[in-house]
Amino acid sequence: MNFKNPEFEIVRNKDKCISCGACARQCSYEAHIIDPDTGELKAEDMNCVACHRCVVICPTRAITIKKHEMTYRENANWTAAYINQINRQADTGGVLLSGMGNPQPYPIYWDRMLLNASQVTNPSIDPLREPMETRTFIGAKPEKIELDAKGRLITRMPPNVELQMPIMFSAMSFGSISLNAQKSLAAAAKACGTLFNTGEGGLHSDLFQYADNAVVQVASGRFGVHKDYLDKSRIIEIKIGQGAKPGIGGHLPGVKIDEEVSRTRMIPLGADAISPAPHHDIYSIEDLRQLIYSLKEATEYQKPVAVKIAAVHNSAAIASGIARAGADIIVLDGFRGGTGAAPTRIRDNVGIPIELALAAVDERLRSESLRNRVSLVAAGSFRNSADIFKAIAIGADAVYIASSALIALGCHMCQQCHTGKCNWGIATQRADLVKRLNPEIMAERAANLLKAWNHEIKEMLGGMGINAIDSLRGNRLMLRGVGLNEKELSILGIKHAGE
Amino acid sequence: MKRVYAVEKLCLNCKLCEVYCKTAHSKSKDIIKAHKTEVPEPQTRIFVEGDNLLSFAANCRHCENPACVEACITGAMTKDPITGIVDNEKERCVGCMTCVMACPYGVVKAADIAFKCDLCRGEDEPACVKHCPNRALIYIEGGSER
Amino acid sequence: MVQTKEGQIRIPSGCAIAAIMDKRGRTFTGDDIIKSIALMHDRSNGLGGGFAAYGIYPEYRECFAFHVFYDSEAAKAATEEFLNAHYDIQMCGVIPTTPTKGIGKSPKIWRYFATPNRIKLDAFAYAEEEYTAQCVIKINDHIDGAYVFSSGKNMGAFKAVGYPEDVGEYYMLPSYKAYLWTAHGRFPTNTPGWWGGAHPFTLLDWSIVHNGEISSYDANRRYVEMFGYKCSLQTDTEVITYLFDLLVRKHGLSLETAATVLAAPDWDVIDKLCDVDKQRLTALRATYSGALVNGPFSVILGFNGGLVALNDRLKLRALMAAEDKDKYYFASEESAIRVVCPNPDRVWSVGGGEPVVLKIKGVSV
Repeated sequence: MNFKNPEFEIVRNKDKCISCGACARQCSYEAHIIDPDTGELKAEDMNCVACHRCVVICPTRAITIKKHEMTYRENANWTAAYINQINRQADTGGVLLSGMGNPQPYPIYWDRMLLNASQVTNPSIDPLREPMETRTFIGAKPEKIELDAKGRLITRMPPNVELQMPIMFSAMSFGSISLNAQKSLAAAAKACGTLFNTGEGGLHSDLFQYADNAVVQVASGRFGVHKDYLDKSRIIEIKIGQGAKPGIGGHLPGVKIDEEVSRTRMIPLGADAISPAPHHDIYSIEDLRQLIYSLKEATEYQKPVAVKIAAVHNSAAIASGIARAGADIIVLDGFRGGTGAAPTRIRDNVGIPIELALAAVDERLRSESLRNRVSLVAAGSFRNSADIFKAIAIGADAVYIASSALIALGCHMCQQCHTGKCNWGIATQRADLVKRLNPEIMAERAANLLKAWNHEIKEMLGGMGINAIDSLRGNRLMLRGVGLNEKELSILGIKHAGE
Repeated sequence: MKRVYAVEKLCLNCKLCEVYCKTAHSKSKDIIKAHKTEVPEPQTRIFVEGDNLLSFAANCRHCENPACVEACITGAMTKDPITGIVDNEKERCVGCMTCVMACPYGVVKAADIAFKCDLCRGEDEPACVKHCPNRALIYIEGGSER
Repeated sequence: MVQTKEGQIRIPSGCAIAAIMDKRGRTFTGDDIIKSIALMHDRSNGLGGGFAAYGIYPEYRECFAFHVFYDSEAAKAATEEFLNAHYDIQMCGVIPTTPTKGIGKSPKIWRYFATPNRIKLDAFAYAEEEYTAQCVIKINDHIDGAYVFSSGKNMGAFKAVGYPEDVGEYYMLPSYKAYLWTAHGRFPTNTPGWWGGAHPFTLLDWSIVHNGEISSYDANRRYVEMFGYKCSLQTDTEVITYLFDLLVRKHGLSLETAATVLAAPDWDVIDKLCDVDKQRLTALRATYSGALVNGPFSVILGFNGGLVALNDRLKLRALMAAEDKDKYYFASEESAIRVVCPNPDRVWSVGGGEPVVLKIKGVSV
């Protein structure tokens, strides 16, 4: 007996359904079934995850997915979600797993901040008529520039990466997402003059052509790390933690380790890929410094080294330590950041909002005169260009996006990444599903998203009389809080609207 | 000439090409009427073979020297000397099915009379290509008939 | 309602600016600069006016000349105690003024000519400029009711709440002789009525008069504050002065390069340059992105030995320049130049992002 109840109801409009069967052939969860005897289409609500593949593929739009009306006695404490979760655990005795980011209703500070615009005393600028610059350099900067008498550089610039827009694709490994998904993001990054991130899954040989747009990750499992891997990149990123699961490693089940994944990660076929929770050669900040410099030595100081941490309570002090340990870029990943798989309790309860962590880290680095030397990249659920804009105004140099990029690739946020059955060909290695994602189409869509957001950023810049993103960075006077208390305002370093 | 080519590594086995071909070759051009009420029932001229793992859509190759044209006993099946489109003239076809047997690709079908892909005459892009959700069908110049 | 001072709130303002400089460093009286700024009366609203004059104290050229506003005797006593502890005061007294219609109740206005106390300076281990800069910041931040509004050598700022021409008369500027005069008339959008808030803003011998409202203010403020500055007035002029001070005095960049950092060329332009220029400008923009000043501004930066006139890179504010025999003229409006120099040899509009750097031969910078 299954104690669980269906979450969704599949409603098929008989007047519209032409019985083509596309829904059944496309559903990897077997929520649509063609009756072998009658040839009729049936639905198994229990299996539906609301990924909407059937809805989109149906040529007559005959399918609607509804929240199931099945209800428990109302109880603000014992919600259906908790009852269902207990039943799942009573069935299996296992840790609950989830995909994507923290869905709980914690405050979203982006929605409590408003932007400024010029009126009278200072003209707004029309981005269609005037140059509007979003070019961003990430990497360590010298304290000052020295020039000789002829205006030639004496200062040796540390390696910096020029981005045409302050938006990059965040780490998503081959294994957690499909190669086609990675190819789409890599091609979009190249088309837009920005970077994608390999995650901890190595760099598949098909992606070597995108080396100039790659951030390669060195994480606790060290999967796929070798000299060529480090060389085929613009930035090397040491991953200490991830916003979706701070303090937790990774586990890619053996069934997903097919030949390609095995070769790319340099691990045996079919063996579980387990990333330890900590790096076992980093138990302290001075250990981190050694790894940073090992990687710099290995690549002859030609590439910036980034260190990514999850936003946690003490992020400001940790970030200051990371800057002093020699990192060129600090990446902060907020608690709403996505994941291929995380223990549900960790995803929903650990870490802090990126808005607060970013503000605290930027302020701390400034008070210690370190901020101008390192770049600061924010990650952890940027839903639109205004979120990004606000992050830069708080103090980020650039941001990483991942969930929004996957939505552009078809993701409907059903949070089933961990099942490996992604109907959109994103979070899966099943050949029949992976091929649903045509990298040519999806690279266009991902690039369109970047271009659209960059354009919106330019509009917002122009509105406040700024024509270069440099002048937005850390410009907190351009933000005002609404409905925030004194403490929140002081951490964010902004005034309340009306002040 | 421009032909429709199938990219099997991108084919989803969704068979939407069949759905839209059928609609394009219906009287009403309405997807629901074409599939549910129209008499006689319109027929698709593209056929998806295979399963979710490996599938592709097959339709007429519009051969340089079409076996169907050669085999036609009434002269109904012709290859247009200008467009290169191979098609069947309804008035002259007697439904003998010789073309169906002659076609090496199995893409000429018959009900009362023979019917096959006409590349959606007059359209910039055949319906199957236009509606393929994964660009698994491409309509390009320069490929061979295979 | 209690009126707020500059520094407690950020106040946008529009303005008029003007400058006259003798190329050869010969001094002349303040009559012309008053006439020039007076013509632009309508660009001010009586809530602030001021002047900076270079070369006015040749007999004390080795001394820092502190001009100080005092709200109270206690403030004066505390400041003098501090100055006596850190400097050897060579000469001091009230700055002479004359009752002028349009100038209201004034604070006490004193000036001190002083050299740093040797022992304290040696212990400090930095140059006397840094010593003085920090002393000024200390007085302005910590002594309530005292405000040092000028601290350079052989130069001085004169400012008040009022129209600039009245301020000039009040301080009797026609009796001073300078080789470089700059002037400012202010149009703030509310009424702080604080004398210290009038312009020019000065730090050591830097003085800035500025017209505009920069939209990059907080980015610039947070950038310079990383280098130990404290933007207590929250004004554009203050932060622009600190940027120049950081880039030129502390980082050793030339005035031209510093101006290129503040009003940087567009990337489109940089991309088309030869490798050496491209490398230089790319490194400058990437490193000093926090010093890029955005939004409308026209500034005249005065210093011992010359000036820099700079417009924002989009040229969103007017700034006219003229040259006639031995003199250069700058003003927000051409008419303000022609009123004192009817037929100059050359008149031009300062280009957006194209700094005009003028130095007087034989005067050290």
